[in-house]
Amino acid sequence: MTTVSLTINGDRRQVDVEDRTLLVDLLRETLGMTGTHVGCDTTQCGACTVILDGKAVKSCTILAVMAEGAELRTIEGLADGDTLHPMQQAFCDNHALQCGFCTPGMIMAAVNIIERHGTDIDESLVRRELEGNLCRCTGYHNIVKAVLDVAGKLPRASE
Amino acid sequence: MHDDGKLNEDLVARENAFGDLDENPGSDRDRKRIRGGVHTDRQHDSAIKHVTGRADYTDDIAEPAGTVHAYLGLSTRAHARITSLELEAVRAAPGVLDVLTADDIPGVNDVSPTSRNDEPVLVTDKVEFWGQPIFAVIAETRDAARRAAQLAEIAYEDLPFVLEPDEARDQDMPYVTPPLTLKRGDARDAMETAPHRIKGQMRVGGQDHMYLEGHIAFAIPGEDEDVIVHCSTQHPTEAQHMVAHVLGVASNAVTVNVRRMGGGFGGKETQMNLFCAVAAVAAKKWDRPVKIRPDRDDDMSATGKRHDFVIDYEVGFDDEGRIEAVTGEFAARCGFSSDLSGPVTDRALFHADNAYFYPHVLLNSHPMKTNTVSNTAFRGFGGPQGVIIAERIMEEIAYHRGRDALEIRKLNFYGPDGRDVTPYHQTVEDNIAPQIVAELEAQADYQARREAVLDWNERGGVIRKGIALTPVKFGISFTATWYNQAGALVHVYSDGSIHLNHGGTEMGQGLNTKVAQVVADAFQADFETIKITKTTTEKVPNTSATAASSGTDLNGMAALDACEQIKARLVAFAAEKWGVAPEAVRFLPGRVQIGDETHSFAEFIKLAYMARIHLSAAGFYKTPKIHWNRETGQGRPFYYYAYGAAVSEVSIDTLTGEYIVDRTDILHDVGKSLNPVIDRGQVEGAFIQGMGWLTTEELWWDEAGQLRTHAPSTYKIPLASDRPRIFNVDLADWSENRENTIKRSKAVGEPPFMLGISVLEALSMAVASVDDYRTCPRLDTPATPERILLAVERLQGGS
Ligand code: FES
Ligand code: FES
Repeated sequence: MTTVSLTINGDRRQVDVEDRTLLVDLLRETLGMTGTHVGCDTTQCGACTVILDGKAVKSCTILAVMAEGAELRTIEGLADGDTLHPMQQAFCDNHALQCGFCTPGMIMAAVNIIERHGTDIDESLVRRELEGNLCRCTGYHNIVKAVLDVAGKLPRASE
Repeated sequence: MHDDGKLNEDLVARENAFGDLDENPGSDRDRKRIRGGVHTDRQHDSAIKHVTGRADYTDDIAEPAGTVHAYLGLSTRAHARITSLELEAVRAAPGVLDVLTADDIPGVNDVSPTSRNDEPVLVTDKVEFWGQPIFAVIAETRDAARRAAQLAEIAYEDLPFVLEPDEARDQDMPYVTPPLTLKRGDARDAMETAPHRIKGQMRVGGQDHMYLEGHIAFAIPGEDEDVIVHCSTQHPTEAQHMVAHVLGVASNAVTVNVRRMGGGFGGKETQMNLFCAVAAVAAKKWDRPVKIRPDRDDDMSATGKRHDFVIDYEVGFDDEGRIEAVTGEFAARCGFSSDLSGPVTDRALFHADNAYFYPHVLLNSHPMKTNTVSNTAFRGFGGPQGVIIAERIMEEIAYHRGRDALEIRKLNFYGPDGRDVTPYHQTVEDNIAPQIVAELEAQADYQARREAVLDWNERGGVIRKGIALTPVKFGISFTATWYNQAGALVHVYSDGSIHLNHGGTEMGQGLNTKVAQVVADAFQADFETIKITKTTTEKVPNTSATAASSGTDLNGMAALDACEQIKARLVAFAAEKWGVAPEAVRFLPGRVQIGDETHSFAEFIKLAYMARIHLSAAGFYKTPKIHWNRETGQGRPFYYYAYGAAVSEVSIDTLTGEYIVDRTDILHDVGKSLNPVIDRGQVEGAFIQGMGWLTTEELWWDEAGQLRTHAPSTYKIPLASDRPRIFNVDLADWSENRENTIKRSKAVGEPPFMLGISVLEALSMAVASVDDYRTCPRLDTPATPERILLAVERLQGGS
């Protein structure tokens, strides 16, 4: 067992973990934070995406001990009370979800796109950047729209 | 496929979605509309939970103290006798409680959904495919169980195996289920006299569901023989029956619960039964809660997929290209057991006409046993493998006659004057295919774009283009007629809040949202006053699978029936209490008007409760008009048809075989949509999934019979970057179901899947350009870049 100290969604935490515990298991099993999903266990689907020190990473492929001292953000920390983060709101508004299983990882990846690139993004960049996040339901059409919406890149029909 | 394209205007035209959310809520006495009524864009009922991570899937349910975990040990042979099974090392591994084998099954070791008794939970002496479950480890943690499962020592005596359906036919492998013949007229005679004949073969690949949430079951033992199983199944009733069967107890001891699935697509119709059974047997044996969740590789190795087909077809036609006769032999890779292969291969035949009239036709199915995982339901349920042959035939005729395939299609559409009877003798009464196609042709500027494509290819560069417009007509109803029934349970509590339960399951398709809209509309109560609850065999028994696109059609009607029962009691109560005629009692938005008096819905319900009115009802529905005689191959298996069409334009690189989809335009028929934004989402998702099936998703077995594409690393579903650069999706807003379905809507889950065929045919045209469209390229599917390249070389070699 090793003690890991890290900040999760702004809260400082100290957790005892086995050396081989994965970050996603720390979240889901040790801390009961089940918003981060497991789709493949092997870095290929993106369902487990979280933001670690400002970078979107797949938490199924990172050891919990590697997060020592890190600043971790998960889907649970995105909303401000009842006020959704703009990306969460855009996913709702644009019907960018069906079964919702990819959604938390997709949103964390999308939030990170905006954080890294600012709002100066276009459709092809969004589509390329989301290549690591699979969605089997939506066909990505509305997901891409949601991200562009947050960046203010979605021409509005006259409202 | 890569993209640098611009988002076109239609694509970005923000839907006027969720406008009704802005409407002033409250108990306004003259409100015109409720929030979330029928025919409105309403976001998915769980949307906020999804985006905040608060939606609970089975793996998110808090585990009671004492929960243990199961993990399967799988075979590593395609066909072999087990000569010894050494499990000592497994038992001795850290954290392991025990190992479950077939000997531990108290009831029947079988989970065959069609009672053919051909699908063991755990193998006894012979394995029939690579990845078949042999034992299950039960351990304190999932990790311990997973590690221990690798420690078994199994000795095999190899037996010969067969993977391909045509090979199985050649080797006289048995059928896993009785075949079907559909026949009208005399196809053989008509073929002899037809001016032109073409014979061909098409190999159509299977498809893995790749639902993002894999299989999972979580069993909690109770007193007596009871067990509760939380799982991710599309068919809770069947899981209940299977668990009871395997435990050797009555169905009333078993409760199956499903709140939501992380995708299903048919892959969780029967395939969850095994996991439910293992978890339940272990839970009862050790009297502890047991969870089982295979990893993705095991999920893809051990559970069934879409059926691969090898189809031999022949068509006779006249100079114009009008069909005179069609024959088809449909050999399917069913795997080692029957599962749903009977109805799946039946549906392939039912859709081998797609939207076209065949004056003389003879179709046979060959549901072949193979040494592969038992194939199962997948969106379209065999229908796509039928439709694709109809479209291949159109393409063949077009190349033969030197015409655009769209002209051949129009010539062969179902029509009046005796050209309206299907190969299964059902009359097509609602044919709107010609209208949909004509509208899309104009809207997508098909003719001008086709000219431009021809001009482009004329220049003879490395990049070639193709464009194709393909329609779909899809029959709605389970072909197992008794499946077309549904139940619902609606309670109105004395505070006016409503509890909704029905037999359908939510896998992302928005079923719960739509059914709640129906209930909201019935009571004229705002959507938010309705609590949607998990599907459970405790509340609505004897349900059908949420499948065949029928979820809303069936469960929406059942819920409406429940509402109507309660409303009838409320009306009778009000008429009596206020001394008015029943017609003077009206449910208006948020309120009830009785003569001149108006009460808010909640006040009114309170009064009804005080007057001892029964405020709960079980609703029921069965689809009318349908009947089917499998022996004669005649009947009316489908209540109605859903239609659609797509135009896709592609570019291929003739030096590498790589391609991109430049643009797709879709016009799809959902009748009078209950929820246009949800329906459009279904159309978009289905199209992309259909495109994946026909382009990048390749199942590949090695010489030893092991499926090697068992994870997303090697099995490629479409990515965000694979979407067409321009993607316009419209619903035919003029369409209304001519049958009396729920609010005149139509089913939407499966039909648009087949619109992906437009991509395949566009790729084919691009390939055909290299020998000046003289040869139908006859692409097998999936048309991977390798296949495209090989086809280009084949056609260049021939010119
Ligand atoms: S679960 Fe981590 S990428 Fe799939
Ligand atoms: S919404 Fe189901 S996988 Fe994306």
